[in-house]
Amino acid sequence: MLNQLIVLQVVIPLIAAPLCIILSNAKLVRAFVIFVCTASFSISAYLLYFVSTSTTKTISYALGGWAAPFGIEYRMDIMSALIGLIVSFIALIVILYGKRSILQEIPEKKITLFYTAFLLCLTGLLGITATGDAFNVFVFLEISSLASYALISLGKSRACLLAAFRYLIMGTVGATFILIGIGLLYAHTGTLNIYDLGEKVAKLHDIRTIYVAYAFIVIGLAIKVALFPFHLWLPKAYSESPTVVSAFLAGTATKVAIYALIRFTTAIFGIKFSFTTLQLDVILLVLSIITILYGSLVAIFQTDIKRLMAYSSIAQIGYMTLGLSLISVLGLQASLAHIFNHAIIKTSLFLLIGCLVLRMSSSKLSDLQGLGKAMPFTSAGIVIGGFSLIGIPLTAGFVSKWYLVLAALEQNQWWIVAVILFASLLAVVYVWKIIEVLYFKPAKETNVAVKEAPLSMLIPVMFLVFLNIYFGIETSLNAGITKAAAMQIIGS
Amino acid sequence: MKHHIILRIVSKILIPIIMLFALYVQFHGDFGPGGGFQAGVIFASALILHVLVFGLENTQKVIKSTTLQIFAALGVLIFAGVGVVTMLLGGEFLNYNYLAKSAVSGQHLGILIIELGVGITVASVILLIFYHFAGLKADD
Repeated sequence: MLNQLIVLQVVIPLIAAPLCIILSNAKLVRAFVIFVCTASFSISAYLLYFVSTSTTKTISYALGGWAAPFGIEYRMDIMSALIGLIVSFIALIVILYGKRSILQEIPEKKITLFYTAFLLCLTGLLGITATGDAFNVFVFLEISSLASYALISLGKSRACLLAAFRYLIMGTVGATFILIGIGLLYAHTGTLNIYDLGEKVAKLHDIRTIYVAYAFIVIGLAIKVALFPFHLWLPKAYSESPTVVSAFLAGTATKVAIYALIRFTTAIFGIKFSFTTLQLDVILLVLSIITILYGSLVAIFQTDIKRLMAYSSIAQIGYMTLGLSLISVLGLQASLAHIFNHAIIKTSLFLLIGCLVLRMSSSKLSDLQGLGKAMPFTSAGIVIGGFSLIGIPLTAGFVSKWYLVLAALEQNQWWIVAVILFASLLAVVYVWKIIEVLYFKPAKETNVAVKEAPLSMLIPVMFLVFLNIYFGIETSLNAGITKAAAMQIIGS
Repeated sequence: MKHHIILRIVSKILIPIIMLFALYVQFHGDFGPGGGFQAGVIFASALILHVLVFGLENTQKVIKSTTLQIFAALGVLIFAGVGVVTMLLGGEFLNYNYLAKSAVSGQHLGILIIELGVGITVASVILLIFYHFAGLKADD
């Protein structure tokens, strides 16, 4: 029974998605989707609890009753259970928050379709974390990507269509690269199971097919991750889409791609092959640092708060891959902790921005002047989220940056610490820019009578803001579990 | 196309045959070449021929795009529903062995039902896409 939960976590949203179309009444669909998201969140929470306390630390499930190397195996270890928990938690919060925001930002006729696409996206993201089969990863990656192209294009402005189309082109190129890589691996080894592939690839030396497969898969995933210089799809996709969509994607989509990158490089190709023979660590290190600095610098010059957050997301992705590039238990732990913390930080920020957009119908910084008085809770939430983004102590963002600094110091890479500190200063600049607009600019006449966002939106998002502080103090989940996950992957 | 009498008569004869062939490909898929995807495409092509000859309005009288949406969802539900049924019967997701008394007939039954789901979804989605493009006006 317990094993069924792995697949149920993926199957429940998958079955619920077509049911939404058949139900078709928007209110009914919404209640149903909340129920579904709660169910998959409870399942993934239980799975994480079970996996991290069990003796083997993994659960395996043979889909369709076909045993592992031949059939599709679903396999969860601590890392995948953790990512699954993040995805289903963010989905639940976003849906709870979304009622008013969806009504305002998505055309009425398309609301049912929005919920359908949302559940399909959730299916895909949870599927990537649950599966232990390389081809299945590709299939779920496509399910989640196709659903997210549709989600992005649901906005009311025409610009979102262009944003979705750009993302479609880049995402398809990325997915095709991954597929070519998996195809090459399959051609050479005759297996698709990730762990079986790992054993077979480890025995091969100096085979060009494997090198080429590696290059295709890493570049394909780098596009999905939005690592510099493959990040161009991200800012428009996040800033033009409806707020709930940008909050959900910013919290989950790129994280799951990083998960896939970690899984492919460590489990299939092996740490030795990936990081010693082919020196991905050097490439990732350089690209991560460029990503961090570039994202932070460009964020400073944005005049639209959603675009600012999108560029800041790019910078934060750099921190996650930076942790991976250090290829130590501490580094990977920092990476996973930052995936966890950033999901909370960026989702709460995007949702709070959604509150501003609901009242002002604009996300331009110049239209938001002096809202600190009119919308006190939303503005205070943005300040706390911003502090967490910078990494001020007692916020969640501090925890992951702390571990990242520790990981860099462990290898005596002082200059990385300097880069992290410098990038944090850049973060101070762009967060201060928002605080200045909200609190220190005189309010426009139109902004004085604005009311605070409705409680139905404030309660879920304030819970996230609270978690920002909670996980900065109580770190058993974002530091404890991630350490166990990192030790399981690196194996020491 | 009112004056194209030959086209209209020939299409009228051909459309049922194409549909029958689609059903053959659908249900013979486990013995010969074919299956849900191919059958769905062939079935949709019969209706697309109907659109080309008799016009979009007339075909939409036969089957509306809202109905097609529901059919598209239904197909996915059939596929995933089989998986859930096998789970309820005590097996893994999509383990067809549990569907019937013997494993062989269970596998047989399972693949037939899920391919039917695939067929329904593919036919409806292809027709939906065609409806959409056929319905586009120049100013849209």
